Amino acid sequence: MTRPLVHVPATARKGAVITIKTLIAHPMETGYRPDENGRLIPRDIIGELVCRYNGKEVFRAELAPAIAANPYVAFTTVATETGTLEFRWTDLTGKHWTHTAPITVVA
Amino acid sequence: MTYARLPALLLALLAVAPAHADPIPPGERLSGAAFMSRETRTMQEDDFANPGMLWVREGEALWAEKAGAAARACADCHGAAEATMKGVAARYPAWESRDGRPVDLLGRINLCRVRHQEAAPLAWESRALLALGTHVAAASRGEAIAPDPDPRLAPHRAEGRALYETRIGQLDLACTQCHDAQWGRRLAGNPIPQAHPTGYPLYRLEWQAVGSRQRRLRNCMTGVRAEPFAYGDPAFIAIELYLMERAAGMTIETPAVRP
Amino acid sequence: MRRHGPPLSRRALLAGGTGLVAVALVPAVRASDETMDAAIRAFTQGGALRDGRVVLDVPPLVDNGNSVNLSVTVESPMTAADHVRSIAVFNQKNPQPQVAVFHLGPRAGRAEVTTRVRLADSQRLVAIAPMSDGSLWRASTDVLVTLAACLE
Repeated sequence: MTRPLVHVPATARKGAVITIKTLIAHPMETGYRPDENGRLIPRDIIGELVCRYNGKEVFRAELAPAIAANPYVAFTTVATETGTLEFRWTDLTGKHWTHTAPITVVA
Repeated sequence: MTYARLPALLLALLAVAPAHADPIPPGERLSGAAFMSRETRTMQEDDFANPGMLWVREGEALWAEKAGAAARACADCHGAAEATMKGVAARYPAWESRDGRPVDLLGRINLCRVRHQEAAPLAWESRALLALGTHVAAASRGEAIAPDPDPRLAPHRAEGRALYETRIGQLDLACTQCHDAQWGRRLAGNPIPQAHPTGYPLYRLEWQAVGSRQRRLRNCMTGVRAEPFAYGDPAFIAIELYLMERAAGMTIETPAVRP
Repeated sequence: MRRHGPPLSRRALLAGGTGLVAVALVPAVRASDETMDAAIRAFTQGGALRDGRVVLDVPPLVDNGNSVNLSVTVESPMTAADHVRSIAVFNQKNPQPQVAVFHLGPRAGRAEVTTRVRLADSQRLVAIAPMSDGSLWRASTDVLVTLAACLE
């Protein structure tokens, strides 16, 4: 069900700083909200987003329950070489979702 | 705590609300987007920042998924929704000849499921139904609202208008008293919009999710301390018919983002 | 890059979270100046904070506290020799003071991140950026969250 939505430019000039936008469907349940019986709904959040560029980590975010539902994270990276950007979201139980996006870098 | 302060605010509004309000002249009609902050408008306009797009993509996958005893996908009959469903959300609710009643877009999706996929209908407000509905409605993004001209809809539309103008709930307020007579003013911290259903299903920050037009109507009914109609109630379809006629010519924004 | 990360590890976040769940049974749990300062001290390990170089951008008036745009930019050449290592964001009045930590490096090109946060109330937000030279820069801003009329 959880399908990430990621924007990476398909092509970029070598050395250009590109903006990457990521969205993933997730309730980011804080652990502070009671259900209708007054019991706290257990915390269920994505705690980490990692971006690897041709295998090398270029960005990592640690997320707390204060991040809005369906987390949106945008950041930048330098277009160094043609290859693949891999995104990995991990929840507190270790469950993860991945997405890959190709990028072509031209001189 | 914040909720408890609401009745006083609504009662203050009630004190100034006229019993009757004239419809908004076509030239003064504004989408709910016009009342939002720049940040929320930007969120709606950028497909990679608009969380409603998560539902559109989910719906795209469901559209292609075989379902029911017929083992048929929506796409098997309809092809790509982007092309074949263009304009559909701008026209609905529409007349359903077989049952002799009007149906809205989500109701139509479920009729298709039952009749052609031979599957159980999806629950109202379920994630799957909203995803399919958002995917179908997004195909009409940018299209002008053009209500179904079938004359058999006229009495239902008239009933919808009557409901829109009828005072309800403990606060004894009609839709028209806020949305025709008081639009642009503030209720607590929020501007009162004109209630044009241009972006449904839409992502509401308050819901932290996509929801239907009927969910929004139920919200409003609870707000005036009335008992909301059940999902799928013909009264809701009637109100939707009137609201769409009232917004005729305005542009479909699905998946819209609203506060 | 991970090796150079600041001390607020995911493990620490989780441990902090567990403690707060217990406290959450008491009504009106919220961070405060004190808990926010403590979280910031844990992150900076007592390093001296200087105001400047960091811009924390949040709309002054928000439509709904469930989703508030937040972006942080830091003035830095982002070279191997001189870059921002991370950007941490803290809040004053949510149930816990941590919001997020973004780990960057020279490969980011620019020190610029955007996300959306929940704000339970009008409050102060603080962003802190540790640099590769060990200096710590800070920005803070006050956000007004209005009373929502149409709750569900």
